[in-house]
Amino acid sequence: MKGKKERLFKVTPAPQLHGGESIPRVMWTVMLALLPAFLASLYFFGWKAFQIEAVSVITAIFTEAVIQKLRGRPVTITDGSAAVTGLLLAFTLPMDVPIWLPAVGAAFGIGVGKHAFGGLGHNIFNPALIGRTFVMHSWLPFMTTWSPPRLAMYAQVDAVTYATPLGAAREAVISLVPSPDGIFSTMDMFWGSIGGCIGETSALALLLGGVFLLIRGYVRWQTPAAFIGTVVLLTWVLPVKEGAIALAPYHHLLGGGLFLGAFFMATDMVTTPVTGAGMLVFGLGCGLITSIVRLYGGFPEGVCYSILVMNAFTPLIDKFTRPRIFGT
Amino acid sequence: MLKEFTKGIFKRNPVFILLLGLCPTLAVSISVENAIGMGVASTFVLVFSNVIVSLIRSLVPKKIRIPCFIVVIATFVTLVELFLEAYLPGLNKSLGLFVPLIVVNCIILGRAEAFASRNPVLLSLSDGLGMGVGFTGALVLLGAIREVLGANALFGFELVPGFRPAMIMILPPGAFLTIGLLLGLFALIRARREARGAE
Repeated sequence: MKGKKERLFKVTPAPQLHGGESIPRVMWTVMLALLPAFLASLYFFGWKAFQIEAVSVITAIFTEAVIQKLRGRPVTITDGSAAVTGLLLAFTLPMDVPIWLPAVGAAFGIGVGKHAFGGLGHNIFNPALIGRTFVMHSWLPFMTTWSPPRLAMYAQVDAVTYATPLGAAREAVISLVPSPDGIFSTMDMFWGSIGGCIGETSALALLLGGVFLLIRGYVRWQTPAAFIGTVVLLTWVLPVKEGAIALAPYHHLLGGGLFLGAFFMATDMVTTPVTGAGMLVFGLGCGLITSIVRLYGGFPEGVCYSILVMNAFTPLIDKFTRPRIFGT
Repeated sequence: MLKEFTKGIFKRNPVFILLLGLCPTLAVSISVENAIGMGVASTFVLVFSNVIVSLIRSLVPKKIRIPCFIVVIATFVTLVELFLEAYLPGLNKSLGLFVPLIVVNCIILGRAEAFASRNPVLLSLSDGLGMGVGFTGALVLLGAIREVLGANALFGFELVPGFRPAMIMILPPGAFLTIGLLLGLFALIRARREARGAE
């Protein structure tokens, strides 16, 4: 029923009412929705997580201001979009990265990922993920070294090789694989006391923020539902690569960046489809690519690339899911 | 004649203005050394094929001119390839497939078709030399940027000890990033200059 109503709204003739929405309002609401995950990152990864987030956000805002000045455009750093990009980028970094790395990523994400395409509203790809991809392929060792969260077992031991649940399953490190005897229990994965990027580990915190955005209507259910549903279904039915350990679908659900990607990145208003049907297709594609990368690809995690690849398809999806013009 | 030479370097630079030969440009510019090797090899082929094409331009029937040009170009590429194999095997190995692929470099065929087949020998020589220098210059610029940022080195020597280079710059995405940003920069400079000229 909701869909029909919306379609009616879209064809309403001239005298129109401003809905009160604005870019700052959307962006600061998203910031608010990221608050639980921010607090969770502090709780599990401590002071270092805060440093990464601060550096990333400040660099993103600074880069935006400098480039907008250079381009002779109004400086819009208070609209929060650069801050959201910076925080999302920080969330996708592991705890042990050197402190200059989030700065480089944020500057690249805003500079090349966003402003090279013309700024907010014109960028094809999610700037935060562009920043992450740049630092990932520039400094791979930093981006694939994991430290245990503060409260985990062995956290007091000095040198301990740690892994993310997905990485451990890929490398077939039996002792680290989620099991009653391993480090990660399902409850740990839900609360967030596992190895991973600082903002992705706590499924609970991300879910809180995601549900908040759903209620506010900034995120529609199609994208996260299709994305998460596809990953759960495919990782459940498809066989794993030889030598890897098969994880239960709920491990795939909780063990990586799926919630962060599905609620906060695959739902970016600029780089994803605008119609409900388009969002379903987008989420489906993301889920498909994520599952294939996780099960058979070169990296244990594929959420980031799946969203970037689907970003490229967004104009095409929008073209094919354009609603029929009323009366035709 | 001087004009035909300098136009290839700035005003009609094959890489930055004509956007020709991007495939070898992107693939080979991972270091200055490779860039110079590729640039010199292509310049050699470009100059001699331009001269020969210009010499035979009245003999070649119009309908089969492209195959004729290709045979001329391929002859010189074979020379370059055998020379590299004999005297510079290291460079030959790092350039790899892109040495024989000079045959289909669109700068060379482009100059043969657009210039050498319509102009006298000396002008064609000057055109080929200019285009070659322009191509080499562009390659060296790209190669230098990518080697410095991506490998923290220049001519293979380490620059700043302790600096961790951004590996992506010597990977294929680095080539696209560098050339994209350079093209943007040159377009900006051109636009500024034109704006100033219009005032």
